[in-house]
Amino acid sequence: MDSTITLFLVQDGLINGSIYALLAVAFVLLFAVTRIIFVAQGDFVAYGGLTFAALQQGSVPGSIWLLAGLGVIAGILEFLRERHTLTRPRILGILAGDFIAPLALVGVVILVAPYDMPYLFDMALALALVVPMGPYIYRICFRPMANASVLVLLIGSVGVHWLMIGLGLLFFGAEGYRAAPMFGANFVVGPVLVSAQSLLVMGATLALLVGFYLFFGRTLAGKALMAAAVNARGASLVGISPSFSGRTAFLMAAFVGAISGILISPLTTLYYDSGFLIGLKGFVAAIVAGFASFPLAVAGAIAIGIAEAVSAFFASAFKEVIVFSLILPVLIWRSIRAPHHEED
Amino acid sequence: MKRILMLASVALAAVTSPALADITVCISVSATGPAASLGIPEQNAVQFLPTMAGDTKINYITYDDATDPTAATRNARKCTEDDRADVIIGSSTAPTSASVASVAFEAQTPVIALAPVSVKDDVNVWTFRAVQTNKMMASALVEHMVANNVKTLGFIGFADAFGDDWIAALEELLKDTGITMDPVERFARSDTSVTGQALKIGLANPDAVMVVASGTPSALPPTALRERGYKGQIYMTHGSVSPTYISVAGAAAEGSILPVGPVAVAGQLPDSHPSKAIAVDFATKYNAVHGEGSVSAFSGMMFDAGQLVAHASVEALKTAQPGTTEFRKALRDALENVRELVSVNGVYNTSPDDHYGHDERSRVLIQVRDGKFEYLPVD
Repeated sequence: MDSTITLFLVQDGLINGSIYALLAVAFVLLFAVTRIIFVAQGDFVAYGGLTFAALQQGSVPGSIWLLAGLGVIAGILEFLRERHTLTRPRILGILAGDFIAPLALVGVVILVAPYDMPYLFDMALALALVVPMGPYIYRICFRPMANASVLVLLIGSVGVHWLMIGLGLLFFGAEGYRAAPMFGANFVVGPVLVSAQSLLVMGATLALLVGFYLFFGRTLAGKALMAAAVNARGASLVGISPSFSGRTAFLMAAFVGAISGILISPLTTLYYDSGFLIGLKGFVAAIVAGFASFPLAVAGAIAIGIAEAVSAFFASAFKEVIVFSLILPVLIWRSIRAPHHEED
Repeated sequence: MKRILMLASVALAAVTSPALADITVCISVSATGPAASLGIPEQNAVQFLPTMAGDTKINYITYDDATDPTAATRNARKCTEDDRADVIIGSSTAPTSASVASVAFEAQTPVIALAPVSVKDDVNVWTFRAVQTNKMMASALVEHMVANNVKTLGFIGFADAFGDDWIAALEELLKDTGITMDPVERFARSDTSVTGQALKIGLANPDAVMVVASGTPSALPPTALRERGYKGQIYMTHGSVSPTYISVAGAAAEGSILPVGPVAVAGQLPDSHPSKAIAVDFATKYNAVHGEGSVSAFSGMMFDAGQLVAHASVEALKTAQPGTTEFRKALRDALENVRELVSVNGVYNTSPDDHYGHDERSRVLIQVRDGKFEYLPVD
């Protein structure tokens, strides 16, 4: 193992690690705001990547029907929930947001999918299809049980995960897809061949992380979300709606998942069920961070990515075993350092 | 009232029990689930199976087991209990086939699996396969390696039973050839990167690399190897013979060599190949219904299973009636004594020790050229 090999492995580890980092941040954010350990986080990666790949191939992605279905269900639930207090503008608002917007998007996709669209347009369309699923899922599944225990919420999120996997198989089929890279170029940096797409992945991750930092530190919505994360009851006392923070957190989580999927789809073959394992590694990183610290989650994710690359080189048959065993010393260390406290 | 009841029960009996003289073949394939890419072409081939054995009609009943061993068990029970099947064909993968085989054994019904499944000796008495062993496929590649002066072979394969079986087969076949296999790397179907493994192989720079994978994940190792500048020959398994392998791997797939059942390249076979005529005939009919170029080794396996059933039924009909225990026993005995039965995936010669019945005529080599699988003549 010479320095060239080390560089290659570190590069590979950094690419995978940055995707895990994004997912870990989404895990921590969702848990802090809603107390949901969102197992289906990884499925947004698969949905994002596969929807994008389908659009690129000029076919209509099946995920449009999930979006339309979720929108209609969420809209009907909204009507039922507010049936005593409905006003005309509110009715129009629900109709526009939950019925017309998703169905219009479905119509647009069916119309334009067969044509060869610019790369960025496909990307935006894939995002527009997958990202709204996050808030819809929150409104349909998690808002009605927002005050349930962490365990019940976890079971709910496992249910969402299985639903998304099953529908994913239906929508995208059992075969995997690989999208074309945004930039096909490769650079030679010293002894290492670097693909433009991998730089794009790392650059986008960095930009998103900085964006998160600014969002939480500088904007009102971000600060409200932070407040809800620190103390949900206190936040609602000062007028931050738990429903708003839940929706926003799911929106961001779905965005992070979908953009990760779109970014890595040219680097690897994605399957309808790929998301779970990718998400699981982000989850491990979130655990390393105790589901609380964003910088620790990012550091943990990068460490997992590099550990994965190195163990693939030295003992490929035991790669996953090594990666997931790494969590043990961290858990022991955490349980010694922080005393166990009862679930609130 | 009595009369109505009697009429109803007669009608019911007419619906539920097949006519006594017909042969009932029950099929369980994985038409959905992870192995759908195998099960769908298998299911598509059912309509081309023989409908007569001598003067006796053959009826087919098809079930989907969704690549789930539990569902496969349920299907097999339906076959043996409700449908009173004389023989079962299925299933598409080793785990689902094992489920079907154990139910069939309990019911003393012969079964023709479409996957190279290993079962216990007593179960194996009733289990036959219309598929080549991995070792049979590997031997074709090893012959090519020896002929082309390969001295060192790198290996990267699935970290599962399929990969293990290939390692075992290759180690045995390479023993006296002077070819060494090193390094041996593994990866998982769901892996998103094999950079580490590709680097290690690139460092050892063997004359050739064996990639053991199936379906779309096959594309990952050749892509990573070519990206890292590996220039040697790449060998794949028959599991990779699918259009998605070429479309996903793109230029990295060019030049790779794969073993496959003859039917997959029926039109390109030399006239001297025993399967040429029947394979071309089947491929033409199949493609006419399911689209040009859609015929695959998997659809061929189902066709072969049908040929085996029809062939053995003619023998069994001499001694017993369909729907009886004696017929199933006679069918089993006939399936074990097949001689030179030519079908689309080779020529079958079964024996008590060999329930596969394949020899070197059951596989040919193909090479990816210009984004297509081309027949590779062996000289």
